[in-house]
Amino acid sequence: MPKMNLSHFEAAVLFSLFSSIVLGVITKRTDAERLRYGLRCFAYFVAALIGLGWLMRLGHG
Amino acid sequence: MFLITTLGTWLGKLRTMATDQNKGSAPPVRAWAPVVGLGWLIPGGGHFLLKRKGRGTLLLVSVLSMFLLGLMMRGAMFQPQTGDILTTIIYVGGFLGDLASGLLYLLATWLGYSQIDMAGHVHDYGTKFLVAAGLLNILAIEDAYEIAIGKKD
Repeated sequence: MPKMNLSHFEAAVLFSLFSSIVLGVITKRTDAERLRYGLRCFAYFVAALIGLGWLMRLGHG
Repeated sequence: MFLITTLGTWLGKLRTMATDQNKGSAPPVRAWAPVVGLGWLIPGGGHFLLKRKGRGTLLLVSVLSMFLLGLMMRGAMFQPQTGDILTTIIYVGGFLGDLASGLLYLLATWLGYSQIDMAGHVHDYGTKFLVAAGLLNILAIEDAYEIAIGKKD
């Protein structure tokens, strides 16, 4: 099994991607709604990731 | 006085809800058990059984990728441990999360890919990915169950 070294950002983006796909697939009733919801979830994940990252950076100085 | 009235109203509502739930007949086990069982063993398997191949494939790819990334980051599999409440929640919860990946978890432990808990941030991400794969599979199983009982399309 190859070993993988991911940065926190890479790991979080991959986590967001797969979680958003599953959330999109299981939540809505039509394919268009699923796609839209999955994309929106992914955007929220990434926005929270970047926002919290900046918050921690500013908080720590 | 107000508190007693409010409490009485809530109890009345709860009783009505319980009666309504008893009135609705439970879906037959034969309708959902194979779907839930296969969905647990193979991520997306329940959807494949219900002829939802597109959705099944997306679920399979997502859960499988998450699990494999967790293994490649040398994440640890949780062993159930009890002790204080926090230890119990983390270790038993983590174990159940790992176990929810079904065949992936069983094969990984059987083939010796189960890692010991090591220090390091990448290992820690891996451990979280392994548990998250199982938790996503629980969501997929729940979706397949709702399709099987006719609650969803």
